[in-house]
Amino acid sequence: MNLHEREVEDLYRRDYGRILATLIRLVGDFDAAEDGLQDAFATALVRWRADGMPQNPSSWIISTARHKAIDRLRRRTWLERRRDEIERHLRALQTADEGPVAEDRLRLAFTCCHPTLALETRVALTLRTLCGLTTEEIARAFLLPVPTLAQRLVRAKAKIRDAGIPYRVPPDDVLPERLDAVMAVVYLVFNEGYSASFGDRIVREDLCGEAIRLGRMLVELMPARREPRGLLALMLLHDARRATRVDEAGRLLTLEQQDRTRWDRGRIAEGAALVEDVLRGGPPSAYAVQAAIAALHCLAPAAADTDWRQIAGLYEVLLRIEPSPVVELNRAAAVAMADGVERGLELIDRLDGRPELARYHLLPAARADLLRRAGRRAEAAQAYRCALELVTNQAERRYLEARLAEVATDVCG
Amino acid sequence: MQYLLLIYDDEKKFGALSEAEQGRVFGEYMEFTREIVKSGNHRGGEALQPVAAATCVRHKNGKTLTTDGPYAETKEQLGGYYLVEARDLDEAVAIAGRIPSVRLGGTIEVRPIMPTPQP
Repeated sequence: MNLHEREVEDLYRRDYGRILATLIRLVGDFDAAEDGLQDAFATALVRWRADGMPQNPSSWIISTARHKAIDRLRRRTWLERRRDEIERHLRALQTADEGPVAEDRLRLAFTCCHPTLALETRVALTLRTLCGLTTEEIARAFLLPVPTLAQRLVRAKAKIRDAGIPYRVPPDDVLPERLDAVMAVVYLVFNEGYSASFGDRIVREDLCGEAIRLGRMLVELMPARREPRGLLALMLLHDARRATRVDEAGRLLTLEQQDRTRWDRGRIAEGAALVEDVLRGGPPSAYAVQAAIAALHCLAPAAADTDWRQIAGLYEVLLRIEPSPVVELNRAAAVAMADGVERGLELIDRLDGRPELARYHLLPAARADLLRRAGRRAEAAQAYRCALELVTNQAERRYLEARLAEVATDVCG
Repeated sequence: MQYLLLIYDDEKKFGALSEAEQGRVFGEYMEFTREIVKSGNHRGGEALQPVAAATCVRHKNGKTLTTDGPYAETKEQLGGYYLVEARDLDEAVAIAGRIPSVRLGGTIEVRPIMPTPQP
C-alpha cells in the first residue's frame, strides 16, 4: 500500500464518524450522507494518487461527499417527486456552513440510539456510523451473518427516514432518559468486548476500545452531565484488568487469582479520579456506584487488602438505586468476605426461589464458593454441579469444572 | 410530517369505570383535542364504536365475505385515532403521550403517513 492509500485509510478509521455526523447535518439525510461519504472516499483514493494530498483532507472529503449526496437527493427527488424529498433537497442546497461542529457526533449518537429502534439495531448503527466499523467487522464481533447485519442497517436507516426520527440532541425534558439509552448502548458494546470468550478476540478488544472512545466523547461533549463520567470510569476500571481475566488455557481467573502487576495503572488512575469527581457532585448513578466498587478492587494492592466492608456498603447503595436480585447476590458475596461465610450464606439462601435467578448459574456458583471456603466440600461439590448445569460461557464452565475437581478430590464418591 | 395515532385500550376496563370516571375521561379527551387544535397539530380524529359494532370484509372463493367482529380478537382494541401534523417523530410521540388512554394503561401506535407523490 502506498503512502496515500494509508493516509486515506487512517482518515477513514479516525474520522469516519465525525465526518459522517457533520455530513448528515449538512445534507439532512442519513442515507444520502452515507452513500456520498463512501463515494467521496473512493474518489479520494483515485484523485489524491493523481493530484497529491489536499491541504485539508478532511474538508476535501466533506465538500466532495456533500456534493455527491446532494446529487443523490436530486436524483431521488426527480424519480419519486415526494414533497418531503423535495424539501430535504432544497434544505441541503441552502446549508452554507461546511465546517464540522463538535455537537454533530452527539446528534448522531442520539439518533442512532433513539428508543424507537430495537436495541440490537442501535448497537449496530452506532458501531457502523459513529465508530466507522465495517459491516463485516461488526458481524464478526457478534457472530452474525453479514447479510443479516447489512439488512438490519438498511432497515434502520429506512426507519429513521420514514418515521421522521429527528437529527438533534434531544431537548432538556427528555434528555436524561435519551442519554440513558445512549449509555446503555455504549455499555452493551463494552460488555460484548469484555466478557465474550468466543468470536474474533482481536475485534472483541476493539469493541472495548470503541466503547471507551464513545464514553470519552459523551464526557467531552456533555460536560454539564455527570452520568457519562460514571460510565467512563466503570469501563476504564474494567478495561484495566482485561488482560488478566483469562489465563493462556482460556480459564477464567477470579480477582484473587489475577496478576495485579499486569493491571493497567494508567487506566486505574484515570478511572479512580473520575469516580472521586462524580461522587463529589451529588447523588450517584448506578454506573458511578459500580465504578466505585471497581475502583476499590483495582486500588487494593493485593486481594487480601480489599475493603470488603466498603464494597458491601456500596452494593447497598446500588440496591437502593437499581434493586435487582443479581445485585443482592453480589452484595451477599461481599458481605461474606467482610463478615464471614455464614452471614453470606444466609443472604444467599434468602435469594432461593427468586424466579429471576432460576436459571442464573452465578447463584449456585456463589453458594459453592462460600461452602468451599468454609470447608464444606460435599455441599460445595453439589452446588458446583448445579452451577455447571446452568452455565453457558465456556471460560466460566472451565473455571467451575476446575473448582469442582478441587472439592471433589477427597470426597468419597 | 403526518402521523396516525392509533389508540388501543381495553374496552372492558373502560366499561367497568363508574359513570363519573368515564365522564372525566371524555372531558380529558375534549381538553386534549382542544390543545392540539390550538397548537396547530390536529388534522383529524374520532372515537370509534366498540368492536361489537365492527364488520370485516374479505374475499373468499371469488366472493365477498362479510363477517361479524374486528379484524383480530385482541386483549386491547382500536378505540379511536388522531391524525396529526408534527415536525418529527419526537413531536408526534410527545403528543401521543398526552392522549388520555395512556395513563389508563392503553397503548398508542404512532404510524407515519406514506407521503404521496406530487403530480
